[in-house]
Amino acid sequence: MDRTQCCVQLSVQPSRALVDERFVILVEKAPPGFQLSVRALHQCEDGHSWEAFGHYISDATGTVNVSQDLSLGGTYSGVEAMGLLCSLRPVPGSKPGLRMRKKDVQAPMMVTISVYQGHQVEGFVDQVPLASVVVERWYVAPGVRRIPITDHGLTGTLFLPPGPGPFPAVLDLWGGGGQLVEYRAALLASHGFAALALDYLTAKVIRETGKMVEDQYFETAYKELQKHPQIVSSRIAMIGLSFGTTMTLKMAIYSKVVKLRCAVCISGSHVQPIEKSVEEILSSFNDRADKTRINEENQVIWRDLLLPIPTDPSLKADVGSLQCPLLLVVGEDDQNWPTKESAEDIQEMMERAGNSHLLTVLSYPDTGHLIEPPYSSHTRTSNFKPVGTNQKVTVLWGGQMAAHARAQEDAWKKMLAFLRENLYGGRKASAATQSNL
Amino acid sequence: MPLQRSVAPILCVQPSRALVDEKFTVLVKNLPPGGPFTVRSLHLSEDNDYWEAYGHYVSNHQGELSVWDDLSFGGTYTGREPMGLLSSMRPIPGSRPGLRLRKKDVTTPMLVTISVYCGHEDYRDQTPLASVLTERWHMAPGVQRFPLQENTVRGTLFIPPGPGPFPGILDMWGGGGGLLEYRAALLASHGYVCLALEYFKPGEMTSANQEFSYFETAFNVIKDHPQVKTDRVGILGLSLGSAVTLNLATESKRYACIPPPLSAFGSTPIGCYWFLLVVFDPRFPVKHDENNCEIWREMILPLLKDSSRKVKVEKLRCPMLCISGCDDQNWPAVESVDDVMETLRAVGKDHLLTRADYPDAGHLIEPPFTPHFRATNFIRGSTMEKVVMLWGGQTKPHSEAQEDSWRKILSFLQHNLYGNDHARSRL
Repeated sequence: MDRTQCCVQLSVQPSRALVDERFVILVEKAPPGFQLSVRALHQCEDGHSWEAFGHYISDATGTVNVSQDLSLGGTYSGVEAMGLLCSLRPVPGSKPGLRMRKKDVQAPMMVTISVYQGHQVEGFVDQVPLASVVVERWYVAPGVRRIPITDHGLTGTLFLPPGPGPFPAVLDLWGGGGQLVEYRAALLASHGFAALALDYLTAKVIRETGKMVEDQYFETAYKELQKHPQIVSSRIAMIGLSFGTTMTLKMAIYSKVVKLRCAVCISGSHVQPIEKSVEEILSSFNDRADKTRINEENQVIWRDLLLPIPTDPSLKADVGSLQCPLLLVVGEDDQNWPTKESAEDIQEMMERAGNSHLLTVLSYPDTGHLIEPPYSSHTRTSNFKPVGTNQKVTVLWGGQMAAHARAQEDAWKKMLAFLRENLYGGRKASAATQSNL
Repeated sequence: MPLQRSVAPILCVQPSRALVDEKFTVLVKNLPPGGPFTVRSLHLSEDNDYWEAYGHYVSNHQGELSVWDDLSFGGTYTGREPMGLLSSMRPIPGSRPGLRLRKKDVTTPMLVTISVYCGHEDYRDQTPLASVLTERWHMAPGVQRFPLQENTVRGTLFIPPGPGPFPGILDMWGGGGGLLEYRAALLASHGYVCLALEYFKPGEMTSANQEFSYFETAFNVIKDHPQVKTDRVGILGLSLGSAVTLNLATESKRYACIPPPLSAFGSTPIGCYWFLLVVFDPRFPVKHDENNCEIWREMILPLLKDSSRKVKVEKLRCPMLCISGCDDQNWPAVESVDDVMETLRAVGKDHLLTRADYPDAGHLIEPPFTPHFRATNFIRGSTMEKVVMLWGGQTKPHSEAQEDSWRKILSFLQHNLYGNDHARSRL
């Protein structure tokens, strides 16, 4: 096809969106029945390039609609509106074990979407596309404020939605890799929740004293939220992923200070020695390191460390005494934590205690450990350095790309609905307010 | 009565980041049902003036209100106006008079705060119940902006993302002069290489001695650009820019001898936005209205009868779209298009002209969802005299005209500049 004659038009709508919003990719004015590749390219902050592509055939009007048409191959197949983001992977020749995580949440993720002639699998960089556009994917909505929190020995970042408030709040915890990870909190603020991303494993105070934090650290963070003039002190939730779940359950059940309106636990377990410090809990996990499995690809599987689920009540958080709604998100192919088994045991414990009406379990087949906000690349394995060790290993997180992507989308939607229902009040609050008029 | 609330209502503007010609929805939830509320927009311009619009709404039985679906019962707009919060904006009370809102820096978005207040009374002393920020962009991601370095032509080139080649557009504003980039940036966001051209500085209109060749050179900057399809270049002009457009479309000798099948102009130029027959002569006496605003349309009208002052439209060789406001107080736009139509009909070329005349719309028909300006400050003459110019139009019909005409313009450009030869040859 003569390029000077070619008038293929490519559009992606919206061109600027939050990372959890869908887009529609439309290729128009191609010849009918034409073979095309649609490709996404992203260069992340550490300089690595990631790409994804799908193979399409234009219809009789010369159109390809990625949301409706089948991808016949590439890094994803089938009808996958967001396949170009979900199936992003490092370009050939990249270092192994990479994971894509946004550090600077105030700048957008820039993705170049291009359309090429034919069904290409490689060598895109050497070809001139037929058309190309750029899209911006944002972790913050306009007006979201980012406030570093360093008072009282805390290491965290508070994200506030725009407006006077007051807002409900979420304390946001990630897992055993430590660091201050802001992107989920930034997104939550973009949905109307004040959100505090808290570093509790590699915080400044830990690096300076050489000691792990105690319960007080989380209680201090909770109190910081409570006393903020734009936060409703009685409407605070916690969300934890992986080891963050351990901490969330610890606070929700045992803290005299932390009174949560609700809790979300993703890819975690209730198995933990109770009434122990954070340090002791971590040690207890490390003590079982002999149950680590290594597969043929030399990837580390840690799910057995907490198995079998103990029957001894002193070895698991007493979920039967939980007084707030709990949402559990479970990946059934989680190779890192025994999330599914834990969820089953939690369900049983709560049924026996009579508070299972508080429990909602979202369980997803073929879904791995890293259940993140949607439309981000699925990481089945990556390099990992657990806090307190010097060893970098390749960890198997689990999950199959398409199923995992669908789980992320569904779980995020349900998590937001759960938070809105419990923190913004839903119908009950409206009725209550009506009586105030 | 003050509302006792424990959490703020939820206010959501979607999309929160959009191009200026895209619509948005404004939804408020978690309100008491059946209560009076005001939704308001606020913008601080680059000139440090505050602009606002507001509508009075009543929440439904679920405690929700939707600007897209619900009626406004009062404010700067009434009725069902999804974009009323932008198109009915005006300077806040106490502002300097005669202001016009025009984005200068197109690389940054226009920031608009949308808020919801309790009640239908004056909200100025109240804290809003909720407030969000929305960004309105002239440039899509990936559009590149190049101020022209060449000394001969002053302007800014906007290039869409991608390898191209793209159709091109020469974009010209009117008698106010200066370099306005926002429409060119927006057109590039729709897939056209676009040159925003400056052909005189503000106040220079009467003394400007711009040679015709200046415009031909500008046209060539686009036509000869490596990312532009040589045979797919059009021109867009507003007000005085239309005069230039028409001149280029008919008079350019350079393109008179391009043989078929490339058709006229060596390109297939399109586009004419508003249209002026005569090169303006401000020495004619000017009328004023009761507010001392200048009205120019009457002084130009008689010139329509003077064929020595008119561009020879019978020489037109390309499709042309003319957009006119019936209440244009600055140029007799409708009468001018009537005259052009008559001239073209006499030589069997009326099929080249598409016209859209909008009742109660004024002179400044701009991209949609921007405020309507009935009269604003204008610098005229080499004395840099400041007058207030009456442009005309009523806000609601003018906004509708902007929305409808922009759609027609984009469609006209798409058809003629992106369409295949078969489609275009049927014109």
